[in-house]
Amino acid sequence: MKGKCWKFGNNINTDEIIPARYLNTTDVKELASHCMEDADPNFMKKIKVDDIIVAGDNFGCGSSREHAPIAIKAAKISCVIAKSFARIFFRNAINIGLPIFECPDAAEQIREGDEIEVNLTAGEILDHTLKKRFRFEPFPKEMQEIIQVGGLMNFVKKKMAVG
Amino acid sequence: MGMTITEKIIADHSGLKEVHPGQFVYADVDICLGNDITAPIAIEEFEKAGISKVFDPEKIVLVPDHFTPNKDIKSAQQSKSLRVFAEKHHLKHYFEIGRMGIEHALLPEKGIVGPGDLVIGADSHTCTYGALGAFSTGVGSTDLAACFATGKVWLRVPESIRFVFHGKAKSWTSGKDLILYTIGTIGVDGALYKAMEFEGSAISNLPMDDRFAMCNMAIEAGAKSGIIAPDKNTEEYIKGRFKRKPVMYHSDPGCNYVRTYEFNADKITPQVALPSLPENTKPVEEVSGIKIDQIVIGSCTNGRISDLRIAAGILKGKKVHPSIRLIIFPATQEIYKKALQEGLIETFIDAEAVVSTPTCGPCLGGHMGILAEGERALSTTNRNFVGRMGHPKSEIYLCSPAVAAASAITGMITPPDEIIKN
Repeated sequence: MKGKCWKFGNNINTDEIIPARYLNTTDVKELASHCMEDADPNFMKKIKVDDIIVAGDNFGCGSSREHAPIAIKAAKISCVIAKSFARIFFRNAINIGLPIFECPDAAEQIREGDEIEVNLTAGEILDHTLKKRFRFEPFPKEMQEIIQVGGLMNFVKKKMAVG
Repeated sequence: MGMTITEKIIADHSGLKEVHPGQFVYADVDICLGNDITAPIAIEEFEKAGISKVFDPEKIVLVPDHFTPNKDIKSAQQSKSLRVFAEKHHLKHYFEIGRMGIEHALLPEKGIVGPGDLVIGADSHTCTYGALGAFSTGVGSTDLAACFATGKVWLRVPESIRFVFHGKAKSWTSGKDLILYTIGTIGVDGALYKAMEFEGSAISNLPMDDRFAMCNMAIEAGAKSGIIAPDKNTEEYIKGRFKRKPVMYHSDPGCNYVRTYEFNADKITPQVALPSLPENTKPVEEVSGIKIDQIVIGSCTNGRISDLRIAAGILKGKKVHPSIRLIIFPATQEIYKKALQEGLIETFIDAEAVVSTPTCGPCLGGHMGILAEGERALSTTNRNFVGRMGHPKSEIYLCSPAVAAASAITGMITPPDEIIKN
């Protein structure tokens, strides 16, 4: 995962990520076209494929709408780094396979526009602009099992097949 | 070491003797819930996975309540997908409009959820049922799809925070004020990933409707769940409604809380949360005089019968201020009918308020009362985020039904005791 950083503050809520006025569809492209609209109306015009969102505390707070991580994933954002995530957003991201990383130091120090790379195996976030490395804790193994098979439904199918 | 009520419910639903915070479990779900926004994605995921049968047609609840009565063609398609799925899988609990109510008022009222249950819902305010002594938490659509298939949910056992409310809440201080005060104290991520357990003499004295309002807003502090141990009030409420055998769990003495907060309920006055986070709370007297354009009384937080009674008690014989649009939403058909029988609806109409069919509509800026640019709302709902009720440049203040009704008369934020002297 490598891309340019777009920075957001604390308590970015799901109403800002994908306002309810667009929740009358499940079309991922349409949802993506309104991604982050009420936090930054020009967000979709500015971003490129594989860019990265870096935010403060409690990212994704508010409603349970899975449309929020779906919109971010469909907008081709490669991952989200935050100081902390709201819990329903957190589990939704794990369940649908949107990579997210909790790393307070990185979220604090990375600046908007920095070139960032995430090395999953090393558990490191690299800021190429700042020339800095940040370590993040890997997720517990139970969550990694879900991530590794590509999300919760694949995990369920596998479990059901095993019986 | 003893276990908290939350740990006990999770352990019993996971086939374990005990569980500890941080532990991962796959828990059996008593009831799972989806609505017209979240269930369509769950249905798509379920069908995409090629699973032919749901785990139990009696344990899945579908309530089209957000954009209903369908506000546009796309919303109608979403509601239709619920109806088709419910028919196909012979779901016992599908609520078409006319029978539908706002889900978190409807499920307790119909006795679908009760004490000791483990409930998940693809709606963040699913934490409401904690008021019955259930473990109940909001999840996403894919979680719901997985539950349709397996009847299970993956959970990380939460740490518990204890909130003790001493004393007795004063006459105009409701459950809504206690929870707004709590969120104002700990912040919108003050209980992130944790269970909020409410207790103390002020909670024992609190009517069920107020308990629902408190647990409903646990999510606004980032919590996984809110819970109140069942007592006489709970038993009274479920009588004649809940048909399964309730399991009354209580926290053990000496169980583990990561933190305890103690509040004196006598000192908590009606609260108002200023834009644009529920943590921006102030006592109403400090913000009185702020001019308002629209007032909403209703929602899964405050659309219950006692909320409507309080509002009607203040509005009786008075008129809504000419500059105010007052919109009132009974949360369910049963509440609506009761309000009609008690003359509350007549009071509202005589006061020149709008009374609507049950829907989540305006709370999330869906329909039935959207704000224009620069407008300011005072609302008994649960979130005041940027753009939540309409234009991104509109503002929302959150409050109790009493503050909302008093303010509707004056056109500005007003403490209820300025209208009705006790």
